Amino acid sequence: MLPISYYVGLSAILFSIGALGVLIRRNAIIIFMSIELMLNAANLAFVAFARAHEALSGQVFVFFVMTVAAAEVAVGLALIVTIFRNKQSIDVDQMSSLKG
Amino acid sequence: MVLSEIVTSGPDFFYLAPWVVFFPVIGLLINIIFGGRMGEKAIGTVASTASGLTFVVAVLLVLSLRAHPEGATIPLAEWIAIGDLQIDWAFRVDTLSVTMMMVVGGVGTLIHIYAIGYMHEDVRYKNDPGRYQRFFVFFNLFIAAMMILVSGDNYLMLFVGWEGVGLCSYLLIGFWYDKDTLGRYSIDNAQAGKKAFITNRIGDFGFLIAGFLMFWAFKSVQFDTVFEAAHHIAETQTGMILAITLFMLLGVAGKSAQIPLFVWLPDAMAGPTPVSALIHAATMVTAGVYLVARSAPLYTLVPAAQGTVALVGGITALFAATIAVGQYDIKKVLAYSTISQLGFMVAAVGMGAFVAGMFHLVTHAFFKALLFLSAGSVILGVERGHHHAAHGHHDEHDDHAHDHEEVFDPGDMRNMGGMRKTMPVTFWLYLSGTVALAGIFPFAGFWSKDEILAEASALNFTVYILLAIAAFFTAFYMGRQIWMVFFGEPKHEAAEHAEESPPVMTVPLMVLAALSILGGALNLPGVGTFTHWLEHTYDKFSAMHLHHGEFNLTVAITSTVLALVAIGISWMLYGRKPQTQGQPDPLKRILGPIFTGMENKWWIDELYWAVILNPYIVIARFTADVIDWRFWHDWFHDKVIAGSFQWFSRTFLDSWVDQRGIDGFANGLAEGTKELAQRLSGIQTGFVRNYALSVFIGVVVILGYLILQ
Repeated sequence: MLPISYYVGLSAILFSIGALGVLIRRNAIIIFMSIELMLNAANLAFVAFARAHEALSGQVFVFFVMTVAAAEVAVGLALIVTIFRNKQSIDVDQMSSLKG
Repeated sequence: MVLSEIVTSGPDFFYLAPWVVFFPVIGLLINIIFGGRMGEKAIGTVASTASGLTFVVAVLLVLSLRAHPEGATIPLAEWIAIGDLQIDWAFRVDTLSVTMMMVVGGVGTLIHIYAIGYMHEDVRYKNDPGRYQRFFVFFNLFIAAMMILVSGDNYLMLFVGWEGVGLCSYLLIGFWYDKDTLGRYSIDNAQAGKKAFITNRIGDFGFLIAGFLMFWAFKSVQFDTVFEAAHHIAETQTGMILAITLFMLLGVAGKSAQIPLFVWLPDAMAGPTPVSALIHAATMVTAGVYLVARSAPLYTLVPAAQGTVALVGGITALFAATIAVGQYDIKKVLAYSTISQLGFMVAAVGMGAFVAGMFHLVTHAFFKALLFLSAGSVILGVERGHHHAAHGHHDEHDDHAHDHEEVFDPGDMRNMGGMRKTMPVTFWLYLSGTVALAGIFPFAGFWSKDEILAEASALNFTVYILLAIAAFFTAFYMGRQIWMVFFGEPKHEAAEHAEESPPVMTVPLMVLAALSILGGALNLPGVGTFTHWLEHTYDKFSAMHLHHGEFNLTVAITSTVLALVAIGISWMLYGRKPQTQGQPDPLKRILGPIFTGMENKWWIDELYWAVILNPYIVIARFTADVIDWRFWHDWFHDKVIAGSFQWFSRTFLDSWVDQRGIDGFANGLAEGTKELAQRLSGIQTGFVRNYALSVFIGVVVILGYLILQ
């Protein structure tokens, strides 16, 4: 069996890629996918630790996270569609009308 | 003596003592509240009843005292309790205070009844019937205050009464405050009231100082406490008792019109005649005598004070008697006579002859009230005659004649004469008062005055000489008055048409006349009822030696001869050849400038004006105009305080503190907030990724902190 550090390392890499994606990319859909990536990185860590500790609670958490992510996608995509209808673009930098 | 035979369980009405104050207060409240609707008869009846009930209480107290001569103290309420000072509102019933209650209640009631008739006419002659009610309210207030004065168990309560009667005196002297004595519009009467009040203030100042000293030395103002400790204090604190008694003498001089404060009493005649009789002859002015008699245990400790008091009384008696000789106003003569007789009493109590002084106080209340009230009857009779005469002319002339009538003084004896025919009842009443005052055997004044003279001949010969000469003058001026008023021919048509007064006025006078004739029986030599009566009060203090008035035949004969000679001389001058109107006083021919001095009251008023009042007014003007107005107001207040504050506020407070300090702080706060907001708004880029970066950095920082701590 692979040692747990491998799983945690992969999870950290995935999370960092996701975070960078959120901070760097301007396309709303890409940012969205990056967020999903961070969620799944967290899921991976949960599952890995659950396995290591031989406890089920971590795996149960993962189901919750998946449920929240699904709900988030539903709301998020609806927002993106609405933004596109208004701005004809999904570039988040275009949405700065609340600037001080 | 009968007293010792009476079983000890006699009547005991001591608990009624507070009612001597309550009754007149109830009476005056009824008259204040309902008097406007009650009518004159009812007002007079209520007031007289209230006064009469106090007399009934006094009589009951006399009966109780015969059974329990030691008296009683009736506490009513706690009054002042501050630290050591404990003063109660308590009524003292002993033979001395009840004697005063009898005089105040008895003579007071008779004068109340008389005033029903007198004021009825007086308010009509002066065209203001509305004041009838007010008169009786004041009268009852006076009785209440006087009763507090005589029944108090401590000096402070006595002082409350003392001030109360002073207030009533002021109110009643200025009763016709918008008129003068002749009924013309003027402030003369108000001035007279003011004079009485202010002169009495000087005396009261002395009384107050005496009270303060007493509290300082004795830690109490209660009579018994003070008297019991007096001996001890006299030994330890030399001069303290002397200071107390001498300051008290100043109060006595004010209230009882002695030198140097007697000047208010003659002017007090501006009040209606019942006021002169009740307040300024029979009761209030004797308060000073009562005070000395009450403080006897203090005075007997200091012979120096006693000597001073006796001398003041003696000089006043003679001095006032000489002035009375030169007066023309019927009431002024009586006023100076009152001062003179008060001098007799003060001299007596000063010498230590307390019984003689109090005895004369009682008889004097009878005959001087009688004389004043009869004089009032004469004045009203003359006024009636004057109206009668004026109306006679009125019918003949046109209506305007009435408005231009001459100013007529109904009290001027030079207008009178022959009135024994027009007012016979008043004449006989006046005569009985006169013989009592002149000291003719066997009338009341003879016994009491002789007791004083007999005591004086034994105790203080200087004072005896003064008093004997004063007695001579007394007989002379009373004789002069009788001849001028009642004998000879009328010197004015008003006197010719004078009419007798109604029974409501003359009947109380008859009672007083009977008392004036028989009053001497109170303390006949050898029997000494009154002496034994007062002994119960004085025997409590072992230090006191009460002088038993011993009859001195030489003194009695001397004074009687003097009185008869004086009346004889007055007949030679005024009775034998009746004067005509406008003729100068016959005495003026003989005495010349001396009579002018008597006529002008020895210029004492002028002297006081020159020496005290005018300099005082100059100083007062100076302090008012220069010190108060120019210095304090114009310079110190306006320039220094207001000016410097304005300068300070303009130069410093306004520009520095307010504009730069307070405004600067408020504006700076606003500006600073704006500035900060402007700077912070730069952070609000509107780029979601910037915000996300902030969140990310925040999370990293927090996590880093948590991990690395």
